[in-house]
Amino acid sequence: MSDFRRQNRGNVDNNTKVNFTFDGKTYSGLKGDTVASALLASGVHLMGRSFKYHRPRGPVGAGFEEPNALVTVHRGKGRMTPNLRATTLEIYEGMDVRSQNKWPNLKFDIGGFNNIFSPLFPAGFYNKTFMWPKSFWDKVYEPFIRNAAGLGPAPKEVDPDVYGSCYGHCEVLIVGAGPSGLAAALAAAKKDQRVILVDENARLGGSLLSSGEVAIDGKPASEWLTKTIMTLEAAKNVRIMRRTSAFGYYHDNFVALAERITDHIPNAQIGQVREVMHRIHAGQVILAQGAIERPLVFNGNDRPGVMLASAAQSYMGRYGVAVGKEVIAFTSHDSVYGAVFDLADSNIRVGAIVDARASVSKDLLAMAQAKGIDVHVGSVISKTTGKTRINSAEVYNPATGQKTKIKCDALLMSGGWTPSLHLWSQSKGSIKWDVETGVYLPDVANENCVCIAACNGDFGVETALNAGSKAGGGRKKYDVTEAEWGSGEIFDQLPNYITPKKTKAFVDFQNDVTNKDIILAVQEGFKSIEHVKRYTTNGMATDQGKLSNLNALEIAAKALGKEAPKVGLTTFRPPYTPTSFGAFCGYRTDDLFEVTRKTTIDPWAEAQGAVFEPVGVWRRAWYFPKDGEDMHAAVARECKATRDSLGIFDASTLGKIEVVGPDAAKFMNIMYTNPWSKLAVGACRYGLMLGENGYIYDDGVVGRIAEDRFHVTTTTGGAPRVYRHMEDYLQTEFPELDVWLTSTTEQWSVIALNGPNARKLIESFVEDIDLSPEAFPHMAVREGKICSVPTRLFRVSFSGELGFEVNVPSHFGRQVWETLFEAGQKYDITPYGTETMHVLRAEKGFIIVGQDTDGTVTPQDAGMSWIVSKKKKDFVGKRSLQRTDLVAEGRKHLIGLLTDDPKVVLEEGAHIVADPTQSVPMDMLGHVTSSYWSESLGKSVAMALVKDGFNRMDDTLYIPMPGGVTHAAKVVKPVFYDPKGERLNVV
Amino acid sequence: MMLIHCPHCDEKRPEVEFAYAGEAHIVRPNAEQQQAMSDAKWSEFLFIRDNVRGEHCERWWHANGCNMFFNAVRNTVTDKFIKTYKIGQKRPTQAQIQKWKSAK
Amino acid sequence: MKFSARSLFANALSGHKNWPEQFPNKEPKKEYDAIIVGAGGHGLGAAYYLASKYGMTNIAVVEKGWLGGGNTGRNTTIIRSNYLFDESAGIYDHAVDLWDGLSQELNYNVMFSKRGVLMLAHNVHDVQSFTRHVHANRLNGVDNVWLTPEECQKKVPILDISPNRRYPVMGGAFQQRAGVARHDSVAWGYARAASKLGVDIIQNCKVIGIRRGADGAVEGVETEKGFIGAKKIGVSAAGNTSVVMEMAGLRFPLESYPLQALVSEPVKPIVPCVIMSNAVHAYISQSDKGELVIGAGTDQYTSYSQRGALHLVEHNIMAICEIFPVFKRMRMLRNWGGIVDVTPDRSPILGKTPVKGLYVNCGWGTGGFKATPGAGHLLAYTIAKDEPHPINAPFNLDRFVGGRLIDEAAAAAVAH
Repeated sequence: MSDFRRQNRGNVDNNTKVNFTFDGKTYSGLKGDTVASALLASGVHLMGRSFKYHRPRGPVGAGFEEPNALVTVHRGKGRMTPNLRATTLEIYEGMDVRSQNKWPNLKFDIGGFNNIFSPLFPAGFYNKTFMWPKSFWDKVYEPFIRNAAGLGPAPKEVDPDVYGSCYGHCEVLIVGAGPSGLAAALAAAKKDQRVILVDENARLGGSLLSSGEVAIDGKPASEWLTKTIMTLEAAKNVRIMRRTSAFGYYHDNFVALAERITDHIPNAQIGQVREVMHRIHAGQVILAQGAIERPLVFNGNDRPGVMLASAAQSYMGRYGVAVGKEVIAFTSHDSVYGAVFDLADSNIRVGAIVDARASVSKDLLAMAQAKGIDVHVGSVISKTTGKTRINSAEVYNPATGQKTKIKCDALLMSGGWTPSLHLWSQSKGSIKWDVETGVYLPDVANENCVCIAACNGDFGVETALNAGSKAGGGRKKYDVTEAEWGSGEIFDQLPNYITPKKTKAFVDFQNDVTNKDIILAVQEGFKSIEHVKRYTTNGMATDQGKLSNLNALEIAAKALGKEAPKVGLTTFRPPYTPTSFGAFCGYRTDDLFEVTRKTTIDPWAEAQGAVFEPVGVWRRAWYFPKDGEDMHAAVARECKATRDSLGIFDASTLGKIEVVGPDAAKFMNIMYTNPWSKLAVGACRYGLMLGENGYIYDDGVVGRIAEDRFHVTTTTGGAPRVYRHMEDYLQTEFPELDVWLTSTTEQWSVIALNGPNARKLIESFVEDIDLSPEAFPHMAVREGKICSVPTRLFRVSFSGELGFEVNVPSHFGRQVWETLFEAGQKYDITPYGTETMHVLRAEKGFIIVGQDTDGTVTPQDAGMSWIVSKKKKDFVGKRSLQRTDLVAEGRKHLIGLLTDDPKVVLEEGAHIVADPTQSVPMDMLGHVTSSYWSESLGKSVAMALVKDGFNRMDDTLYIPMPGGVTHAAKVVKPVFYDPKGERLNVV
Repeated sequence: MMLIHCPHCDEKRPEVEFAYAGEAHIVRPNAEQQQAMSDAKWSEFLFIRDNVRGEHCERWWHANGCNMFFNAVRNTVTDKFIKTYKIGQKRPTQAQIQKWKSAK
Repeated sequence: MKFSARSLFANALSGHKNWPEQFPNKEPKKEYDAIIVGAGGHGLGAAYYLASKYGMTNIAVVEKGWLGGGNTGRNTTIIRSNYLFDESAGIYDHAVDLWDGLSQELNYNVMFSKRGVLMLAHNVHDVQSFTRHVHANRLNGVDNVWLTPEECQKKVPILDISPNRRYPVMGGAFQQRAGVARHDSVAWGYARAASKLGVDIIQNCKVIGIRRGADGAVEGVETEKGFIGAKKIGVSAAGNTSVVMEMAGLRFPLESYPLQALVSEPVKPIVPCVIMSNAVHAYISQSDKGELVIGAGTDQYTSYSQRGALHLVEHNIMAICEIFPVFKRMRMLRNWGGIVDVTPDRSPILGKTPVKGLYVNCGWGTGGFKATPGAGHLLAYTIAKDEPHPINAPFNLDRFVGGRLIDEAAAAAVAH
């Protein structure tokens, strides 16, 4: 047992040793220790280096507010975690802990030279320099600054751990399981309410775990605590969540919690959930987060060994660890006396209590005297010494000028207490300045939420228990014997005889912000606290200003000669404590990041070795390579086979909407540019849909199944928005229409058969439908059976060949597909993917909305005036089409392009000019929207949107490419294959 | 996560079930009105919005729920819903909104 | 006092006691030649260029809060100009031209880092759309090149380019001249430079009305500090533009949405450039402090609350971890929201208004920071000359009437 460990104190297991390494050296702690407590027990205070000056640092706190003792934990490939707080990391056997931001090692860090030049790096220094010569910025200064960035190492391997995600509901959510939170939980549990009690620590109890002698209802606090936890654990309506940080408070009492599950477990297996994000909808939220002790701002306050008094008390109370052998306390608050007496009773020599206040209560002085502790009233610490650990402090009395050097190996400071208002402020509860205690306190709630006990500025165990009981809806009054909490005084920075130039008093430890930086910021005109924060970076470290914000505010206020509340307070932003990206992701990573929608035929395509492409939320077979074919070869073969004989294509992803009701045709008339009233039952029509702005929104073939029933198809990507668009108009603008809309995209499998042998193939499988060309012409739809299952059979073509689209209920899709494919062997049936579909349609000049149009194209621009009804009085987009700029000359038109060299396939997206010899910036006429090699035609074909294109027929235009290559192409009508449409009607 | 009261389901449901659908009570002119409108007037219908800082009448769609559109008055500074009501009900007057607020 | 390494050294010797105020806060005079409403980067930039380029020094910038406290201080600092349409490429490239050299011009290091912006393509439609951008940019003289997946990975070694991901990387468009800058410094730098030229910067002075004369022309602004006269008023109030324009009786084609962003804890350098992905819906860069700076699109509903929803942040982080699975153990340090004003075509409105003497610069949506010097300069030009510069002429209000929209987002339409 080291000199720093006290047997049988705290909640550690004295019989279970745990070995771990810190920077490669093995240390041993006890089960229940944190990295910080175990290192302190081994006499190690130096745990890190600061961000800017690389100053040696030890832990200043004992919890989540820690700014200094940040470490990296390694636990195998991909499981390296930087910037963890040693003060909250529970040790396990074999844990590999490393310090950060140092080179070559923590004791001797080259970066520490920054410290020597620190006078050159005051707040905002980077704004003032690194500007000349200009070229040096990109090449020298900026890369140098970037390389100095960061605290811990960046992860470079994929994290193999998994994360969870949960929702929860409760009547009462209590954040913080100190005395007030526990009392609130007890009271709420009795009322049969669902209670969730969360605490970020491994152990419940909060301040009870480290406070001195306290008796609750006549019994030691520890007994009350044990009994209370047992009661709560036994209650079925109470859920206790340890190691869980409530980090975000969102609208309507929605609170996000991050639970850490395996970081403290030895040999945590991959596959075990590391962290879980819980999202809680709470009826009421009780914030019992306590208060954080405030550091004092004095010269030398960052030396390892200088820490908060409450932290020293926690190390003793929770872990039985003495933070030093001879300590000095420096305070402006009464609460330190109790803490120091407690340490003195634990066999730590207390060299002195230095109290900055002009007077201290006689009782406290008498108690100190009784314990043999000197109290220096009205005095301050003016400097400290010690390289990587404090070894002395100088006590200075400004009134007498007296200086006394006192040896010490730890210095405990307390500048009073700051209530934790983070979540309260996130909930948009208002806060008010309390002049007496110099802190902000909760004022008016915005949600059903209360702040109780220390986080409401009410201190002491009895106060906490009673506040908790009341908040939980109970009436119990607790009777507590405890030391008086007392009061304190707020100091901005402490007086010193040493010239400011030679002092360093830190406000934000991690970011190395000193009082001088804040004063400089004010001097330079940064007068709002937000300006001060941004100019100095105070409060922007990983502790988010938990220790530094109020000290900075006091210093800035004094420099400005204003009251602190007049200077403002920086906004509290989520998260309360840094939260893993993994916890935000939950299980939604990799394949589960977003669902990949697959058709029922997709597994067949996969088995055939199809290459897939992501299209919107779907994946679609792109092409079906055979024997090492590349895409070009596969597509050429698929195209040829389809045009020559028969191709089969999975079109199931097409959006489908069933439009039903007596007013269905009327509704269709509103939604589409063309008329629907006279469309015969059993007939199909291509429909074009505009947005109200007049631009093409979507398209698709629509079949009239009955007088009152339309089978509408949409583009694959457009299905959800078209459905919404229709519902929106139906419900909001035309509620009088008796129409129902149902999205049926996933109800139908769609098998497209294209090619001269299409009819022959299905003939033997179709029942109840006369397939003869006379009875079933192009653009018709029939209901019947195919392969013995119900079908809506469309005779349509997106390829220019004789075509059928077989719609069958989804669950029959694969079966029908395989039956047809099997039977199609005699026609050399060829499965094709989206690329061939694109080539076939481009050869015919059929547009793809979203490729050949782009949200700025009107039907006229696309050469589709024929589909815009002149007779209909109204349809969505009609009025917009008449706007001046939409009927103006010189708009871009969709035309065809044939390259002079037929072998050249233009690049989609390439831009087009009339004069390729002009200099950059060029006058561009438009761009290539679709471009493919046409195996059937033996040449490339392209479509393009070109300014005034309809009036440039037969003109030669130019496509200048990188590297000086320019292609020439002739403007043609965008129909390249079978312009008369004869192939639709092969018999 | 805001909780939104759907007037059709008569239940408060989480925000993720709903899609915002823009300012409410912007009535689409009928065919005759459209033709009588100047481009400028028509563009007001298309594009001009109150965008108020304060009580805002707006539409929501219970997309992952009952599939109905409805109207709401929400304060755009606090994001608090004051009232939700069905399509077809008139735009509430300021007095009505104040009454709803004080009833809360 | 000129900022330089030398002055920094000299001041270090004197304990930094002699640095003057960078931008003294002034009380308003009775009247100015022009008033800018809104002391963000754009507004301060406009004031600076009015004074430096157009000789108008009797001007004031009035700000309801603290300067640079709106979107200037809340954005993810991305600067790029690889836009599709001539108009957009023109206005954003004008800004990039001014960014280059801004530190020297202002004698204030705004830390513009040309580390490049890589926009990832994840499907065939993205490839078509990005190559369209690359070609248009090339012929417009805007640098932007197409990279294969392998070239993308060479730029960003932690990028997973295996074809089996949910969103595979199929290539990317890379603009080298793009990058990031230190957002606050831009506001401070303009404020300091403008102050030096005699511009009054008046903070904590909310505009509560715009006074118009009998002829309809503006006469000045009513503020919390009283009436301030001016025949020219430039409004550059981002998310609050609708509120200010309403004071002049104007209704605008704008809606204000929350836009969230977040940073991680700082780590050593790992993300070498800005990486954006439209399909996955997220973007990321790493600050000079080491924080990963992450953002996405706006929340869905209009709001002035500067407070966003958790599920958007979740999705944003999921998206980043889809592109970079190595970041799952990183931790979110800070998450915040701003208010962005969005026009129907997501392009800005910069020019004159129907009210004489009233000029507006608004509607930058999620992309205003990158335009800061350009928007500032063009607003200054428009105010000084009472007519738009050719670069901002297309970004007028009339385009919503006739329908000549500049719709970059529509041009990147969703897939078939």
